[in-house]
Amino acid sequence: MLNEAEFVLIAREVKARTGAVITREMSASANVRLQPLARREGYASVPEMIAAARIKPDGALWNAIADNLAQSETRFFRDRAQFEQIRTKLLPEALARRGHERTRVWSAGCSTGQEAYSIAMILEDMRNDGLNPAAEILATDLSERLLDKARAGLYTQFEVQRGLPIRRLIAHFEKAGDLWRISDRLRASVKFERHNLLHHPGQFGQFDIIILAHVLASFDQPTRLAVLERVTDVLSPDGAIILGSGETLPEGCGHLTLENGVARRSNAARAAA
Amino acid sequence: MRRCLVVDDSRVIRKVARRILEDMRFEIEEAGDGLEALQACRRQMPEAILLDWTMPVMSGIDFLRQLRKEPGGDKPTVVFCTTENDVERIAEALKAGADEYMMKPFDGDILHSKFAEAGLI
Repeated sequence: MLNEAEFVLIAREVKARTGAVITREMSASANVRLQPLARREGYASVPEMIAAARIKPDGALWNAIADNLAQSETRFFRDRAQFEQIRTKLLPEALARRGHERTRVWSAGCSTGQEAYSIAMILEDMRNDGLNPAAEILATDLSERLLDKARAGLYTQFEVQRGLPIRRLIAHFEKAGDLWRISDRLRASVKFERHNLLHHPGQFGQFDIIILAHVLASFDQPTRLAVLERVTDVLSPDGAIILGSGETLPEGCGHLTLENGVARRSNAARAAA
Repeated sequence: MRRCLVVDDSRVIRKVARRILEDMRFEIEEAGDGLEALQACRRQMPEAILLDWTMPVMSGIDFLRQLRKEPGGDKPTVVFCTTENDVERIAEALKAGADEYMMKPFDGDILHSKFAEAGLI
């Protein structure tokens, strides 16, 4: 169990690195989630690892601690209604707007990649229906550990059964021992990059659809606003930011309006742009 | 209340599935093999069938092929629930008329997700 001083220290270091807020209610679960890391790093306990992190100058251990506490819950086609909107409306509209140019989709805070691969499957289905969608998908996360898994495209039987219809599973995956591997074609269609949402994403260019679902919840109010502002900076004029089902815009976010879980620039913001 | 027929030769699996499906507001009937399931369907077609593959007397796949030939047998939504996890087996089940396919072991989250995929909730 973490004592108060250890909890305060972890909460401060994690927030500084990732923006994520660790609440006191999460203290016990943080301790459990950090135990494997403590063992791998050769410490007898989590408090011992925290004591070591305090005196190590390079911050690498704090980075590893923040990485292991990163929110990683995700699933294929999470929030079915949102993905239906993307499939039936947002993607076709963006493709039509772009014409021969590539439509660009960004899965921000992609965790282990299921969200990005869900978009890749939708695009592949369009190709199989005789369309030729010119699109590219970028998926970013702060955690190299999660990105490694996303790039590998290997999922457990439990993971492929949560949200993924069976016809899509056998169309896009193959068995790899006890795991399921996504097809090379889909794997190659998603570019995975490390990115911290506390930083500006300008280097990635502009996007037509940005999926920012179940990401803002781990931040405090000022960080939510700042992240949304930075993300909106790289949103194309008619682009859409997809939030998770039930998520709302933080107070003070006047530059966006939200409808059915999809945020777009408000008329005032569009006029100003 | 919609009815779901749970077909599995394991009493434990039937009990686990019953508990989850009752929480999902299904009325449950149980069958221990394909023949029992067929008799149950001939009495009254359920809206949903959760179906094991390997069972004594009549397998799940043989039951399904027979069911789809029965009057009204095209109506139930059939979700396989089996340890068979080869792609060929899954394709065989879909060809025989399965609507969704679930690989054991499963939990409430997966069962919920598969029933949603099948349009049952």
